Amino acid sequence: MDTIMEYIMFMIDRSDQIFTLTWQHIYLTALAVAIAIAIGVPAGILITRVNKLSSVVIGIANAIQAVPSLALLGFLIPFLGIGTVPSIVMVFLYSLLPIIKNTYTGLSNVDSAMIEAGRGMGMTDGQLMRMVQLPLALPVIMAGVRISAVTGVGLTTLAALIGAGGLGQFIYRGISMVNNQMIVAGAIPAMILALLVDFALGLVEKAVTPKGLKQTNGKEVEA
Amino acid sequence: MIKFENVAKRYGDTTVVKGLNIEINDAEIAVLIGPSGCGKTTTLKMINRLIEPSSGAIYINDQNILKADPIELRRNIGYVIQQIGLFPHMTVGQNIGLIPTLKDWPEDKKNARIKELLELVGMPPEEYMNRYPNELSGGQQQRIGVARALAADPDIILMDEPFSALDPLTRAQLQDELFNLQQELHKTIVFVTHDMDEALKLGDRICIMKDGEILQFDTPENLLRHPSHGFVEEFIGKKRMWQQPEYIKAEDIMITNPIKATPNRTLTQALEIMSSSSVDSLIIVDDKNKLLGIVTAKQVRSNANKARRLEEIYERDILSVKLDDSMADILKLMAQNDIGYVPVTDEQGRLRGLITRSSLVNVLGDKYVGEE
Repeated sequence: MDTIMEYIMFMIDRSDQIFTLTWQHIYLTALAVAIAIAIGVPAGILITRVNKLSSVVIGIANAIQAVPSLALLGFLIPFLGIGTVPSIVMVFLYSLLPIIKNTYTGLSNVDSAMIEAGRGMGMTDGQLMRMVQLPLALPVIMAGVRISAVTGVGLTTLAALIGAGGLGQFIYRGISMVNNQMIVAGAIPAMILALLVDFALGLVEKAVTPKGLKQTNGKEVEA
Repeated sequence: MIKFENVAKRYGDTTVVKGLNIEINDAEIAVLIGPSGCGKTTTLKMINRLIEPSSGAIYINDQNILKADPIELRRNIGYVIQQIGLFPHMTVGQNIGLIPTLKDWPEDKKNARIKELLELVGMPPEEYMNRYPNELSGGQQQRIGVARALAADPDIILMDEPFSALDPLTRAQLQDELFNLQQELHKTIVFVTHDMDEALKLGDRICIMKDGEILQFDTPENLLRHPSHGFVEEFIGKKRMWQQPEYIKAEDIMITNPIKATPNRTLTQALEIMSSSSVDSLIIVDDKNKLLGIVTAKQVRSNANKARRLEEIYERDILSVKLDDSMADILKLMAQNDIGYVPVTDEQGRLRGLITRSSLVNVLGDKYVGEE
């Protein structure tokens, strides 16, 4: 029977490999989420400007989200082959919806009085977006990025199936070799990674919340 | 000067503003008022083109603004909106300095202006400049809103129900501050409100609107005294004038048929007139009704020779007031000179009426008590 000691010994033994795979995992996830931000945020901005597009774009993102992840991966292989590219594309596609949706929600929930004040003072559409709408929507957009990144860490474990590496490699190899130590050596870092990403992006979310929107507890307000 | 020429706004089949023609003079506060849906806010927002007119033209200093660049236009018009027009993610200083920022002012000029404006609205810059709007009370926030509108020193300021969300005390205070500020700054202010008290307090002229049309655009005094329209009178409130003592004139409180006599009457006749009308004095007028003086029953009785004529004894040195003297002035005059009556004349000195202590009691009693 395995003891906890043996698990730890196994992990220390393979620490070099775990380290490499963790980096690979982070790299794959980060790249996919970064592309999703680069495309999702502008798409979200676009559909708040051209409201007719919003149901179409969100509909497509929703449909992609509904496809089972393994099926999506299988679907991508005939077009993109195996390796890094299809796995990044898969995580990217899954990350799109929360980012587009939160960008759209965040921007459309900006108080219309703010927009009118900005416009009434002579802001151009671009200035209004940059100086008013985006700063006010940023906390909501960041919440979307956070969801994407955390699910992305989980999804990237599938990348090992098509030879892209990452911590999934230990998990699948462990399953096929019926080696519990190896499964856990992949699963635990993946779990910790997801929690760390969630925590770190939570801090970022707080940091980007404009100071004036935070609760001012205990500050006195006089007439 | 802001001039509307046949300005209309239609949304599909509904017309919210029907062919407006208004001229708003420089350095006046023009108040737009009316029931909700009357088109007052639409009218205001057409001045900075947040709403584009469907037809007609709007001129500012003879320039058709519909042909101007809307962005540039708005940067040169101050705009204060209802409630929270301040950007919550910007400090007080950043909010006030917004239009200067948009206009690319150099940093030091901008900062100097922000400090100057904070001083102007009575908020010490060192204390408030770096605070956020949600750390301020509603009244302070709206002061910043006014300061922000003044930042680039525009000639025109549009205010859309700026004080409606404030509590009555703060509202009254900000109204006073705005009024005092205007005495210094002489801006052209277009002010939308639904509060008649506010309109009367601030407006040099008040424009009463209903269903997209102007019913009357006039000074507060003329609106109160000569409402052009049943609706105007009803909207202002019939008794409103009696709550504004400065607008109550001699003609509103005088009796219009005082007992009078010409100087050639004999004393016997005079006594007869007094007793048949139950009065104790007569106003003396000439045959053209021009006020000459007054005579009391006591003066008449103290003369033994009742065949003498009034012209020999009546009091020529008397005080009188004009038709449009205000009630406050009249009361002061009567109290200071300790007189119980004062004749009212028109510009030509002709007798038009008489105010006595008992007529005052009757008239005011009717207005304040009788109509309840």
